[in-house]
Amino acid sequence: MDLIVVILVEMLYAVASLILISAGLAVVFGMMKVINLAHGEFMMLGGYATITAVNLGVNIFLAMLIIAPIVVGLIGLITERLVIRHLYGRLVDTMLATWGLSLFFIGLATMIFGNTTTGISTPIPGFTIGNYQINGYNFFIIVVAGLLLIGMLTILKSTRAGLIARGAMQRSDMAAALGYSPDRIYMATFFCGSALSGLAGAVLAPLVGLVPTSGGAYIAKSFITVIAGGPSLIAGLFTSAGFFGIVNQVFTFAISPVIGEVALLVAAVVLLRLLPQGITAKFFKGKL
Amino acid sequence: MPRSLSKDAITTILVTAILIWVMPLLTSTYTLTVLIVYGMLGLSLGLIWGFGGILCFGQAAFFGLGAYTYAIAAINIGESTVPMVLAVLVPAVFAALLGAMMFYGRLNDVYLGVITLVVTLILFKFINSTAGPQYMIGNARLGGFNGIPGFQTLNIPGHPDDYIWGDSYFYVCAVLLGVVFFLVSALLRSSFGRIAVGIRENETRMSLMGYDVRARKTVLFAAGAAIAGLAGALFANWAEIVTPSLFSLGQSAEIIIWCIVGGLGTRLGPILGAAGLAYLKFLLGQQTLIDNTLITGLILVLFVLFLPKGIVPALASLWKVSFGRRPKERIHLQRRMKSRGRING
Repeated sequence: MDLIVVILVEMLYAVASLILISAGLAVVFGMMKVINLAHGEFMMLGGYATITAVNLGVNIFLAMLIIAPIVVGLIGLITERLVIRHLYGRLVDTMLATWGLSLFFIGLATMIFGNTTTGISTPIPGFTIGNYQINGYNFFIIVVAGLLLIGMLTILKSTRAGLIARGAMQRSDMAAALGYSPDRIYMATFFCGSALSGLAGAVLAPLVGLVPTSGGAYIAKSFITVIAGGPSLIAGLFTSAGFFGIVNQVFTFAISPVIGEVALLVAAVVLLRLLPQGITAKFFKGKL
Repeated sequence: MPRSLSKDAITTILVTAILIWVMPLLTSTYTLTVLIVYGMLGLSLGLIWGFGGILCFGQAAFFGLGAYTYAIAAINIGESTVPMVLAVLVPAVFAALLGAMMFYGRLNDVYLGVITLVVTLILFKFINSTAGPQYMIGNARLGGFNGIPGFQTLNIPGHPDDYIWGDSYFYVCAVLLGVVFFLVSALLRSSFGRIAVGIRENETRMSLMGYDVRARKTVLFAAGAAIAGLAGALFANWAEIVTPSLFSLGQSAEIIIWCIVGGLGTRLGPILGAAGLAYLKFLLGQQTLIDNTLITGLILVLFVLFLPKGIVPALASLWKVSFGRRPKERIHLQRRMKSRGRING
């Protein structure tokens, strides 16, 4: 009985962390069709922003939930103005340019923070269920991921800003004709996407030892999740994160963590082969 | 293409011979050998991406697979001829299976990129986790993170004790690169190569003309993997150790950067890009002021923004504009460059 509870919590946690690491990319790739291979590095920068802020004496929750997203959002804004806005609509070129950016950020972080592992301790203590110890921080991540999904859904569906953003992504010429500047909307959307990446990196920072190359660990997973999700932003994110998270945890508990990771990747290959347009191209059509 | 195949062969032989003679005067053959190996790796992606339009994010997978196949086979056999052949065949077969799965599923663009990326990651994770003594293939321990050291390096076929190393190994690699370059030229000149370019330009049209696009893409993909596997085996011989970092994403990224910087849709571009950037990295590695990765990244970003066609096509068009005699040809060339720019974009 205790074991089942533990496994359930771990599964929820796996799904939640997948949602978290993919949310930023879902906005940037799913909405703007910009393949941001520097997504992992944005997360890495979010982690470093948190750790730096905490070391300067800022409250850890403030650093994670407010400072890191803003810092990374601004970095994303600068990137968008300097590089990415010249490449909208050129899929392969954005992919290559952002790959260059990711290497650039890795180099930058190595120069500033050094090639050593840094970290902070988790702010929430663990507790026990029967014979098992559970990390209390996992619940925090589940809650953040849940709130994130609800927040994104609300903003996109029921605010004017979300409506304008969605409209501009669909038909930028119509948005321009109605008096909105697509250039600015793209800029703002990219800011939001980067801020989400920063938030994810910050929230996950206490769980991992941070090195400048940490981003590489996230990028493949987040990509798989977003692409397998398909055209609908939030439904896709939720279903594919759910699917991959569960596959990962089942194999982790049954065999070993490494096999769990490999199983996730194999599942992704099989899924893409069967549903090349993603899950939501077939199910939940037309939902947000 | 105006020139004939025999002229191509003569040019290749001449240029290779001159370079083999001149280059060792400039820098050590040890460095040159690895530059040649990288050049061959660049050419392998240049073939399938530049001429076949298949953007593979996992060319490093075939490179690493070639290197590991060579190492494992060399330990088990104790002679280098069969392992060299296997190092070409195994990646080619693997690529044919993977390619068949992707192309017969009509996957394109991003999905292709993601799947090749994921397969590279799977190999990387798997090899990394094989540190225990239970992971043996024949007599070879896979060694996980530490890689496989101490295998038989290249020897004269049939004489396991006559090693080819140092200067003579450099000559072997240089000649092999020349041979591969010529084979690639011949392939591109054949009807198969022309149809491959046709598929790159317009896949639907080629399939409507009755060509089996999926089979042709699969074969081209396998050919690229075979070249990458050969480069991997040569690299294993040069480094005398194979490690999982051969499969890493950084390695894949570098191959793509070489092609972009050198020039897509040319045979020479990826080779020059690979050798040039690898040499630059070698020089930068000797200083500690600025991080190496930062500069690599910056180069890629700047090239995508300002010179997306790469160095070799840019130089070629500059040459034609400055020295081209007949204006008719110039216009024709510009038109061709334009259409090339379109598929890159």
